[in-house]
Amino acid sequence: MAGTSDPHASAFSAAELEFLAEDEMIEIVPNLRMDALNFISGDFGPFRPQIPTQAPLWLAVALKKRGKCTIRAPEWMSVDKLTQVLEAERDSDKFQPLPFHYVEISRLLFDHAQGDIPDTYMVRSLIEDIKDVRFHKIGKGLESISGGGTFALKLKNLSAMEANIVRPFVTRALETFYKLSSSDMIQETDNAPNRQQTANRGPRVSYMFMLYIVKSPTDAQRQLKDR
Amino acid sequence: MDSGAGESSAADDYESLMSTTDAELLKSAWRNEKAAPEILNYAADLVQRSRQQIQLMEEMVEDYINDGVDPLTVSLYQIDLDRTMFLLRSYLRTRLQKIEKYVFHIQKTAEEWNRLSKQEQKFASRFAGDIKHHLDQSVLSRLPDQYQSHLRQSAASEEDDMVPEPQLDSYVVCRSKKYLGAYQLDDGGQELINIEADDLYALPYKSIKPLVESGQVDLV
Repeated sequence: MAGTSDPHASAFSAAELEFLAEDEMIEIVPNLRMDALNFISGDFGPFRPQIPTQAPLWLAVALKKRGKCTIRAPEWMSVDKLTQVLEAERDSDKFQPLPFHYVEISRLLFDHAQGDIPDTYMVRSLIEDIKDVRFHKIGKGLESISGGGTFALKLKNLSAMEANIVRPFVTRALETFYKLSSSDMIQETDNAPNRQQTANRGPRVSYMFMLYIVKSPTDAQRQLKDR
Repeated sequence: MDSGAGESSAADDYESLMSTTDAELLKSAWRNEKAAPEILNYAADLVQRSRQQIQLMEEMVEDYINDGVDPLTVSLYQIDLDRTMFLLRSYLRTRLQKIEKYVFHIQKTAEEWNRLSKQEQKFASRFAGDIKHHLDQSVLSRLPDQYQSHLRQSAASEEDDMVPEPQLDSYVVCRSKKYLGAYQLDDGGQELINIEADDLYALPYKSIKPLVESGQVDLV
């Protein structure tokens, strides 16, 4: 019990993220007639054959599985858009804006509504490429975290899944910096009881991570002065 | 806090509060509870309301089945019901896990103790008693006198140094629903950070704790 380590190495499981993504809205074209549904999570419908309407992804998938609707792929999931995003992603250090749950949404649609997505194979491989480029960028970003006094990290346009994956590294690295930079660190290490903590944290992660805006006190002060 | 978007925010708050469903609220309570290092305030009213809604919905589904309503419709209501129940259960379970982990700390900190519901307090008391009993029986009673406390390493310790506490300076990933302006990060420093709507930030939990409690920022 004593000395239990970090409480939230990775706060959410992949399944839990998917659960959250299933609440995102998507357009469906029903092929049945059904009255409005008054759920705890909101009111949806009514559904009329061939009349497009909005529904949460879980509902869309449930209907799709029973052959009761077709799903319209969201706008960002077109070859044109994705090609643009991929190019921009390659050209810039920044992360391009994509839906917060883009990984989970595309995965769900590929699993359950493959036939409804135009140019499936192309779209799938574009999304894979985008994911790869972004992960590579995340990896590269780690190196720039190194300096002391890093207090906060802005993770602009990072998606839910990406943030969840980098969380254990980023949070631990920042914690370590925070501890090292705080003035009472020396007293703290004298306080023996926190034995194993210091042993397996520390420099091992410190050079590993960062994503792209680092705010150190000096940075912040410089920015303030510049204004 | 120095908020740049001061004037419009009161009206916005009201508006967003009115348009936020219990399902949304439960989801963000669940997320915050999962991501926060310490135990948060028990969302008593929200849990109460969600329970009622679930019960109502269960009765309704029952009626639908008896009335011979289209099985497809029934199954969709059932899915919605299952999703809400999952959220509620997972929320409560996450809290129980935290209580088990930090039970001795929570017990001696009045402020944290008061964040628990009545049932949780009962659980915590019994759990703490059982753990203490177990530690005494299996190990502590066989140790020399000065090492018999389950809270301290030895009688020479000045404070309870065997009680795990939540790490409030650990980092969390958070997201604000709206622009919060320049936010002061730490007690001592002059560091300011501009918190913009819908962007993710990794920040020390204790510096944004008030924002989490007031619902301005969601942990993700």
